[in-house]
Amino acid sequence: MKRRDPRSLASTFAGYFVLVFFALVFLYPFVIQVANSFKTEPDAAANALSPIPHPFTTSGYEKVFLNTDLPLWLGNSVLVTILVTAGRVLLCSMAGYALARIRFRGRKALFSAVIGVMAVPPVVLFVPKFLVLNQFGLYDSYTALILPLIVDAAGVFIMKQFFESVPVSVEEAARIDGAGVWRTFWSVVLPMARPALITLTIISFQGSWNEFAHTLVAVQSPELFTLPRGIADLVSGSLGKGTQYPLKLGAAVLATIPVAVIFVVFQRYFVRGANEGAEKG
Amino acid sequence: MADTAPARATRPGPRLSAAVRENIAGWLFVAPVVVILGLFMLLPILMAMWVSLTDWNGQGSPFRSGVPFVGTENYTRLFTEDGLARQDFMTSVRNNFYYVAIVVPAQTVLALGLALIVNARMLKGKTFFRAAFFFPSVTSSVAISVVFLFIFANSGAVTSLLKLFGIDGPQWFSDSRGVLHLLLGGLGLVDPADPPAALTDGGPFGLSWWEWLSGPSVAMCTIIMLVVWTTSGTFMLMFLAALQDIPVTLEEAGMLDGAGRWQRFRHITLPLLKPTLFLVLTLGLIATWQVFDQVYVMSQGNPAKTTLTPAFLSYQTAFRSFEYGSGTAISFVLFAIIVVLALVQRWIMRDRDPARRTRRS
Repeated sequence: MKRRDPRSLASTFAGYFVLVFFALVFLYPFVIQVANSFKTEPDAAANALSPIPHPFTTSGYEKVFLNTDLPLWLGNSVLVTILVTAGRVLLCSMAGYALARIRFRGRKALFSAVIGVMAVPPVVLFVPKFLVLNQFGLYDSYTALILPLIVDAAGVFIMKQFFESVPVSVEEAARIDGAGVWRTFWSVVLPMARPALITLTIISFQGSWNEFAHTLVAVQSPELFTLPRGIADLVSGSLGKGTQYPLKLGAAVLATIPVAVIFVVFQRYFVRGANEGAEKG
Repeated sequence: MADTAPARATRPGPRLSAAVRENIAGWLFVAPVVVILGLFMLLPILMAMWVSLTDWNGQGSPFRSGVPFVGTENYTRLFTEDGLARQDFMTSVRNNFYYVAIVVPAQTVLALGLALIVNARMLKGKTFFRAAFFFPSVTSSVAISVVFLFIFANSGAVTSLLKLFGIDGPQWFSDSRGVLHLLLGGLGLVDPADPPAALTDGGPFGLSWWEWLSGPSVAMCTIIMLVVWTTSGTFMLMFLAALQDIPVTLEEAGMLDGAGRWQRFRHITLPLLKPTLFLVLTLGLIATWQVFDQVYVMSQGNPAKTTLTPAFLSYQTAFRSFEYGSGTAISFVLFAIIVVLALVQRWIMRDRDPARRTRRS
């Protein structure tokens, strides 16, 4: 399609100008983040805007690995993320499947309860969650860090919606062949649920890797800090000395990378998978 | 939902206990979710209701007999008693109010604008731009707050950028001046250094009218910019999905009728986007009243308590001052604020008929 109309040419140009301008606004802070993590402290202070470190140094990263507990925080973050993601994917699929397909007493009420839970603002539950963890003697433990996050009402909702969109015929065949509920779920239904499972995995991974507020009410020992908690502590003063921006930005880069990688890798798959699922269903 | 019913009907019931087995299987499948949501969602609310009526200081169990029961005092102190508790709470409500009043419209307009441009048929590179705008929303709030701390630092990127244009930027994080105060001063209406006695002498809930009218502080503006920047991408995706559902023929019909670009947007696109707009505004309203992570990392409520928000105040009161009763009471009041505002918004949006909103065009 050719366009010779000067007005539409001008508006195309204006459109690109706005897009590029906002792409810079949205992405340049990350350029600054990465660039300054490789600068020396005086360079970062004097030329914050420059995307090129001069001189280039990895001393910010060396310091953050050697002088802080960052390796420990990284380990904790990996552990929490893996367990929470695995837990959420399994438990939310099970509950979503049951709510969509198994006709048990009270499932409508239960589904309403799940919707109700989703509506409670997380920040409101903040101090209350501490009360429960404290009461059960779980406060300041890995259990406190992981267990409350392992189920997510929104995940249950997503999986229920998905299972409802899948035709029942395949399951029926499996059931008539004599497969039990668990077998039908595990070897017939779950493999079909790939797009929804990937979505849920990504959401859970991203959510648990970035989780910060929960760690504040669940743990207090530095050995149990996750990466966001450690960085927050580094910045808000109790561990940080002076400005040390290259070090702090380096830690922030490390916290950003895993999510960035997942984002870049799954961006296309995400859209395609969602479309396929919608069409096949 | 009802789709398994015919299957069960056509299948000859092998055993009498089929319904019972289905009940057991169903509850076994949902059991982990029920237990965990019950323990960490429902039970906390019930416990917090009790604790908010006490003066529990964090020692031992809040259910011991020695814990002082104070009735509704933790709540009334926030509203009726003149004192630091009320002053802090009302300051936090004021701060968050201005924050919401700017962030929600700004992120909604930005998200809609970006979605419209990304959706324009003549432009290429949609996937890239969509990803670029969405990326900040998926990253860690803590990490991104660190980046903004650096960007807005005294010798940071924003200050150098403003210098390029010959502007002397403020010392963002230590500037507690209210933007509305600065504006009133700039217009010559009021002298911020010496506000009129009529405004400073009295006011509702322990803050003077002058204090209520401060607007967000300069420091709060950095958090506002950060949040608009991070959340617009998510809402853009919602608008984009809705825009892609609008049939092309509808817009073409508008073009044939001679409607200009603005008219087509006003009378064809916008009315069809209304449900999404409502969703975005509601989600925005709910989320903005919960701002916490950014405050924790960037300002801890400083300078001069101008970035204090109810969520942060609740945390601070419970975990720093060990006044758990007061902290949980603030949580519940915040909950009430969110619920009431969401209902009010629902009521306003329902009454709005898009056909009646044409007077400005």
